[in-house]
Amino acid sequence: MIMKATTGKQPFALTRNRLLTIIALAAFAVLAIIANSFFDAFTLRVFNMCAIYIVLALSLNLLNGFTGLFSLGHAGFMAVGAYVCALLTMTPELKEMNYFLVPIVPWLRNITIPFLPAILIAGLASAFVGFLIGAPVLRLRDDYLAIATLGFGEIIRVLITNAQPITNGAQGLKGLPRYATTFSVWVAAGLVTLFMVLLMRSSYGRAMKAVRDDELAAEAMGINVFRVKVTSFTVSSFLAGVGGALLGHMITTIDPKMFTFMLTFNILLIVVLGGIGSISGSVISAIVVTILMEALRFLDEPMNLIFFKTEGLPGLRMVVFSILLMVMVIYRQRGLMGNKEFSWDMLQGLFVKKGRKGGDHV
Amino acid sequence: MLSTAHLTMKFGGLTAVSDLNLEIRKNEIVGLIGPNGAGKTTAFNVITGMYYPTEGKVLFKGRDITGLKPHSITALGIARTFQNIRLFKEMSVLENVLVACHMSINTGIFGATLHLPGYRSRESEARRFSMELLEKVGLVHLAYEKGTSLPYGQQRRLEIVRALATKPKILLLDEPAAGMNPQESRELMDFIRKIRDEFDLTIFLIEHHMQVVMGVCEHMYVLDYGVTIAHGDPASIQKNPKVIEAYLGVD
Amino acid sequence: MTLSLLFQHIVNALSLGSLYALIAIGYTMVYGILRLINFAHGDVFMLGAYVAFYGITLVSLPWWAALLVSIAFTALFGIGLERVAYKPLRDSPRISIMISAIGASFLLESLAVLIFGGRPKGVPVPDVLSKVIHFGSVSMITISLIIPLFTFALLGVLVWIVNKTKTGMAMRAVSTDIEAARLMAVDVNKVVSFTFGIGSLLAAFGGIMWSFKYPQLNPLMGMMPGLKCFIAAVIGGIGSIGGAVMGGFLLGIIEIMIVAFLPTLSGYRDAFAFILLIVVLLVKPTGLLGKRQAEKV
Repeated sequence: MIMKATTGKQPFALTRNRLLTIIALAAFAVLAIIANSFFDAFTLRVFNMCAIYIVLALSLNLLNGFTGLFSLGHAGFMAVGAYVCALLTMTPELKEMNYFLVPIVPWLRNITIPFLPAILIAGLASAFVGFLIGAPVLRLRDDYLAIATLGFGEIIRVLITNAQPITNGAQGLKGLPRYATTFSVWVAAGLVTLFMVLLMRSSYGRAMKAVRDDELAAEAMGINVFRVKVTSFTVSSFLAGVGGALLGHMITTIDPKMFTFMLTFNILLIVVLGGIGSISGSVISAIVVTILMEALRFLDEPMNLIFFKTEGLPGLRMVVFSILLMVMVIYRQRGLMGNKEFSWDMLQGLFVKKGRKGGDHV
Repeated sequence: MLSTAHLTMKFGGLTAVSDLNLEIRKNEIVGLIGPNGAGKTTAFNVITGMYYPTEGKVLFKGRDITGLKPHSITALGIARTFQNIRLFKEMSVLENVLVACHMSINTGIFGATLHLPGYRSRESEARRFSMELLEKVGLVHLAYEKGTSLPYGQQRRLEIVRALATKPKILLLDEPAAGMNPQESRELMDFIRKIRDEFDLTIFLIEHHMQVVMGVCEHMYVLDYGVTIAHGDPASIQKNPKVIEAYLGVD
Repeated sequence: MTLSLLFQHIVNALSLGSLYALIAIGYTMVYGILRLINFAHGDVFMLGAYVAFYGITLVSLPWWAALLVSIAFTALFGIGLERVAYKPLRDSPRISIMISAIGASFLLESLAVLIFGGRPKGVPVPDVLSKVIHFGSVSMITISLIIPLFTFALLGVLVWIVNKTKTGMAMRAVSTDIEAARLMAVDVNKVVSFTFGIGSLLAAFGGIMWSFKYPQLNPLMGMMPGLKCFIAAVIGGIGSIGGAVMGGFLLGIIEIMIVAFLPTLSGYRDAFAFILLIVVLLVKPTGLLGKRQAEKV
């Protein structure tokens, strides 16, 4: 999907690569329509989860891969987005049903707004929290940043668990309206991907990559490193909040136990496997891992292999994924795509030997 | 153009720079020399805002810039290179230079992402400017190569060109000839003189090999353990006994 | 609050503090040498507890034998873990090794679920440790006293090793400047292995004692204590053993005091450690006893 840099003004040229991309997107749209009509509920859900994980993976990659900030509190921002969106879209009756232990605070009771504004507000809420957390925490060095963000993720979760009148505490919220349709999640995934591509090809994206590659040099070249970091953190939190909201409205149940470090780990896994610093890597990895996670569920169930029967081995799935992550990080640190983007030339290159070119030319 | 007044930098008990009083005039090429560990890079770091001096001031074109953040100092017109080349490892030659143009593009994240017309024109202007710079130093044919894949001497040039892209009034070069043989060093010094003339610059450079800079500097400061032991034109520096002692046979 | 209750709280605080200190030491030593946050350390703690448990229940060992076997095994395990997961990445960007650590942590946890089973197990606490003893009107369980005693004994040994032996000196050298130590013919690999070994040993001991005091095992039991102990190490000054001990005790004591005096806030007990961490990181990132680490430009 990467096009050669064009200098100067040129009319929109229908190059071979662009044509291929348009065809691919159209084919995918057809696939999505078919899926929506013909897949059974379970398969459709897996298909749509891929979209949500694309959003989440890209939001984390923006931070880790492109700006070089190692943040482990991602689940916290997702939680904020999920809860804000849920509280805004639930009807008063639904709220009353859920808050049976302690009634909901009055000012939240009667707010019910449509999905689109709700999800945007949820994203902004997460972005705001991200900004509040980021401003102090981004001054820290990488490993301290990791632990501090992990801490904040946990703090958010504990706060949600204890703020009974607002969030219904540990009981969580059930029966959320299923606003996350095939159309909405894949449009969201598409928009976020487009956003990332445009951002990374812009000067701001370059500035972020410069901050990642060498902070001191970036600062010396006139880049306000701190401001870039905070901006990246805030935007990443916005996207995480949107992802969390989509997740909530797909599963229709949210509770604090969903948003632990485990969730952050899953997304980190996707990002690392796909290649830190590659947009297409994250997209591909999100799809593959989501499908694999479901497909490998059989590992947790009793298996009937030809030669012997095994009992259900719960936990085997996560064992496999952990091993996968470690093998990937030890032997192929760059992940699937490294920090390069998918291009039709690359695909062609797999079949036809071509000369090598360096860099990630944008 | 650039001057420091009683600049002192202490790290705990260690005094890296002591009472440094520089005066650099427009279009001069001034050298800061001294044996290893003399405090030269530290002086650079203080001037460019990476450290806050323990005492003293830094003045640029009459204005007190002590304590400003490095990116603000760059925006005012002071650019620098690093002793161990700090190119952006994952980026191409062109991108390295374009990063330095980010300051002038300055449209904020939304304008940039949406590729609004205001952004687009500035971006293409920046590209044109960068390519022009690369052409002037003979690197334009490598524009899309990965920056760190270049041979050492060209990497150095790239770093200098990148600094030039910030449109500075004064350029601080930290040991630009490090790792070069005498022939390459001479070429580099010619290059420095050329860019000084072409871009109307002032140059302040660090070097610890005296011979390299003798021919190119008009004025030199000699540092030893943070203390200025001599300053003046190259001829008098060469004969200065204190300087000879500080180097003690080291070339 | 009666004197008896207060005393119990104090003893509990010291116990918890000791356990936290034991685990925090492992974190700080590894960080001091490799600049690595060993996320898997909390799971090593869990492993020690489980191995001892199986020693007692499956192999019918006396509790002290199971303890010795477990800490030996876990120490070796820690060394092996380092060799497999961290050594290959020693020259890689720090993010890679951190990801490997996180991966190792989850691997251990999911392996534990797989092998030991996810349901909590009750620990058969040996009688000598669960006896209740009385001092006048004050009564407490022996284990609560034994933990701080053993901890101090172990710490004494550790301090002696670090300050008086050649290996200890090598450890201190490597944690100050790994390159320089290498040039001084210090076998860095051996030092790293030794560090992991000791850290894991202490964590296993802590895990076993923990399981006697709070006699319930589950595969994720190391997660929270692991995080909290890393925080303790940071608060005390990461890289400093004294700091880890101080941080561990501080955290343990404050935690029990919250439960004792502010029971309504008990729900926030876990969050408190993180809040303290954030405060320390913002105010004095190097921790109470830590040293500044400058980066050369």
